[in-house]
Amino acid sequence: MRRSRRVVLPDKDHQACGLFGVIDRSGRRFSGEMAIEAMTSMKVRGNGLGGGFAAYGIYPEYEDYYALHVMFQNWDMEAKHRVDEFIDANFDVVYAEEIPVNPDANVYNPPLFWRYFVSPNKKGEDKKLSDDDYVVKKVMEINTGIENAYVVSSGKNMGVFKGVGFPEDIAEYFMLAEEYKGYMWTAHSRFPTNTPGWWGGAHPFCILDWTVVHNGEISSYGTNKRYLEMFGYYCTLLTDTEVMAYAVDLLMRKQGLPIEIVSKIFAPPMWDIVDIMDEKKKRFYTTLRMNYGPLLINGPWTIIVARHGEMFGITDRIRLRPITSGEKGDMLFVSSEESAIRAVCPELDRVYTPMGGEPVIGRLRSREKEIAKQLSEVE
Amino acid sequence: MLEGEFHTYMLPEFIIERRQDRCIRCRVCERQCGFNVHWYDEEMDMMREDEMKCVGCQRCAVMCPTNALIVKPHPGSYKPNANWTRERLQDLKKQSETGGVLLTGSGNDKPYRIYWDHIVLNASQVTNPSIDPLREPMELRTFLGRKQDRLEFKFGEDFEDVEITTELYPNVQIETPIVFSAMSYGAISYQAFKSLAMAASEFGTLFNTGEGGLPKELRKYGKNAIVQCASGRFGVDPEYLNVAAVVEIKIGQGAKPGIGGHLPGEKVTMPISVTRMIPEGTDALSPAPQHDIYSIEDLSMLIYALKEATNYEKPVSVKIAAVHNAAAIASGMVRAGADIIALDGLRGGTGAAPKMIRDNVGIPIELALASVDQRLRDEGIRNKASILVAGGFRCSADVVKAIALGADAVYIGTPALVAMGCTLCQKCHTGICNWGICTQDPYLSRRLNPEIASKKLVNLLRAWSHEIKEMLGGMGINAIESLRGNRDHLRGVGLEDWELEVLGIKGAGE
Repeated sequence: MRRSRRVVLPDKDHQACGLFGVIDRSGRRFSGEMAIEAMTSMKVRGNGLGGGFAAYGIYPEYEDYYALHVMFQNWDMEAKHRVDEFIDANFDVVYAEEIPVNPDANVYNPPLFWRYFVSPNKKGEDKKLSDDDYVVKKVMEINTGIENAYVVSSGKNMGVFKGVGFPEDIAEYFMLAEEYKGYMWTAHSRFPTNTPGWWGGAHPFCILDWTVVHNGEISSYGTNKRYLEMFGYYCTLLTDTEVMAYAVDLLMRKQGLPIEIVSKIFAPPMWDIVDIMDEKKKRFYTTLRMNYGPLLINGPWTIIVARHGEMFGITDRIRLRPITSGEKGDMLFVSSEESAIRAVCPELDRVYTPMGGEPVIGRLRSREKEIAKQLSEVE
Repeated sequence: MLEGEFHTYMLPEFIIERRQDRCIRCRVCERQCGFNVHWYDEEMDMMREDEMKCVGCQRCAVMCPTNALIVKPHPGSYKPNANWTRERLQDLKKQSETGGVLLTGSGNDKPYRIYWDHIVLNASQVTNPSIDPLREPMELRTFLGRKQDRLEFKFGEDFEDVEITTELYPNVQIETPIVFSAMSYGAISYQAFKSLAMAASEFGTLFNTGEGGLPKELRKYGKNAIVQCASGRFGVDPEYLNVAAVVEIKIGQGAKPGIGGHLPGEKVTMPISVTRMIPEGTDALSPAPQHDIYSIEDLSMLIYALKEATNYEKPVSVKIAAVHNAAAIASGMVRAGADIIALDGLRGGTGAAPKMIRDNVGIPIELALASVDQRLRDEGIRNKASILVAGGFRCSADVVKAIALGADAVYIGTPALVAMGCTLCQKCHTGICNWGICTQDPYLSRRLNPEIASKKLVNLLRAWSHEIKEMLGGMGINAIESLRGNRDHLRGVGLEDWELEVLGIKGAGE
């Protein structure tokens, strides 16, 4: 019998970071300026090797189409041709253009970025797939099959803009303050310790309209990664963030769990606490952890996960990485530091530091109503 | 010991030095030695010894009130020879005098590579804080049994008001990822067996009855028992199965893969005959295979027969010796319905085994574990069964490494015996055990007090658990499940490429 294949353990990306997220729960759209200013105030949390933003609600004119942001390393036009052909063969393209940039921005060696607004053109076996699953599959095919091409963003009516540089430089390069208005923004500043920054490796990490920004190092990486492999997720980017993103995808998108449950999987309460709960809760938390133990995310981390209509911030079970939340009217902020929130909104109705594993959830008012309706229908 | 038609050509294994200036002729050594090594010479008023009989168990040395005794390997030696070692020559002489199969006890003592000693652990520095287990909770709670791919939830008014609606497979909760290996009543004394049961119950873990049944009065320890259903089916009745936490089908044992068991009739005393449900004084023969399992589909039928018999309320474990094709076999076992895969490696212990088998059959547990875990993951069924590993675990670091390789929990046999007094003299098969562990002689076994022995076992579990927490905290992990299968935290030292490949770990520095 053939010897079993060697399990290649990749070098992991070690990093520390600054995070920020803001949502206007009324759905009002606003420019990227607020997120940029907040990130600028947390400059020391990054080292200029990566910054990025996710913006929701920025393409209302194409809101029914998947917006694929594609990065071409080294301005590889061969890769560009292959991606064009691939997209033509698999999607109906309603509009495509080079993403406008400001060449005077202080960034190093930027690659070429294009965006394609597409709808799936499923053929044969693929017809069985949902639109979302089809897009995920095709994105994976580009990312793994076409050298120097990398899809950094693939959701509808949203986009990720990221690269090597401080966040404010990246924002200037993509002209986020001037060009875009969204109802929700998340942002990331990166301090990688052992991998040279590359534009694709910056955060946010995105699949469909899901984005993840992350600060931390996961000590359960190997456990999480190998569990996710059983469900067909192969971590190729060598970052903890990727593990987080896949875990979110598996639990929230595929299994349909709400963040209120997922947060208890990622950062379950201590057994000491569970053991003194009432029987119903005790059974719930014990069963949840018994089954989803391999997706407990251990070590120091904070993440902000967003998708249309909602975002949430959460930190690890013993709060080894910072997270602060603030609210002012319809605005809800999540940040690594309170100072960043105060920098953009000095007067807050409420500021607090959540407990480990307690998610800070920012939902559109409209989404909240939808959920309440769904729950009452189940009743 | 060898008495027969020949004057023996064997050399003594041990030499006994008696410091006459210390000896007070109290005759403790004489009373303590079940092998009759020591005797009192009345004429000379001094203690004497027959060192041919000495097994080196050190009972006399420990019990001597004046520390007058030193028992050490006999220096008498043949001409040194790398090929024809003293052990080989002794074995040949023994066989020429007896004409029998060489028998031995405890685990393989040959210098096969111990992979644990070539694997090092990680610790957090700077980018990730280590966690101090004296200040922060550090969780070792473990669940053994089949898990679901996903759970379904039913919400009430909001997401806080939630219930899990998925039907669950039975799982057993243990408070540390360490359980006691299968050691049957019959192989070990009643006192030793009871000590294991008491300790498992007190600490919140499991002991394993082995294949010798569970005495009626010990069934109160059932919820901490893994009860075995082995090829001899000794002591299996509905109550036995239903009082247990886990039912284990024993296919094989690491110390003697492919071999059955034989408890000689002399050891089948009245209480053992009652427990095993066989006539007193008859040999208890466990056939090599289970005669209703000649294939994987037969195994499946027994698994489901046992599940039926226990109303699907208990995980069913299947224990195999780690052999060449363990990975494929394990995968078949999971598909056949096993909720727990128990793997017993090359260095697993035994009460009695043919020496050639013990020393030459099977594969190291480290490699078997790594390949089984990987195979089940490749097939997407790792969460369908827990993996319990056994065979030569010596310390808590071995446990940590095994869990990082992919084990759910570890079986310990020899460490538990040593905690109770065992010194690995390897004479378990003789029925004489001066420590009262591996014997049915009441004179010997009653010297083992279950109150004391169980305390020592609990201490052992506590000490190892503390150490595991220290190591976990160092790695920046506060829950054992985050270490499970986390091979990133392991590195190999002094291993060949193929070994790293099978173990699925990088070399140190990589």
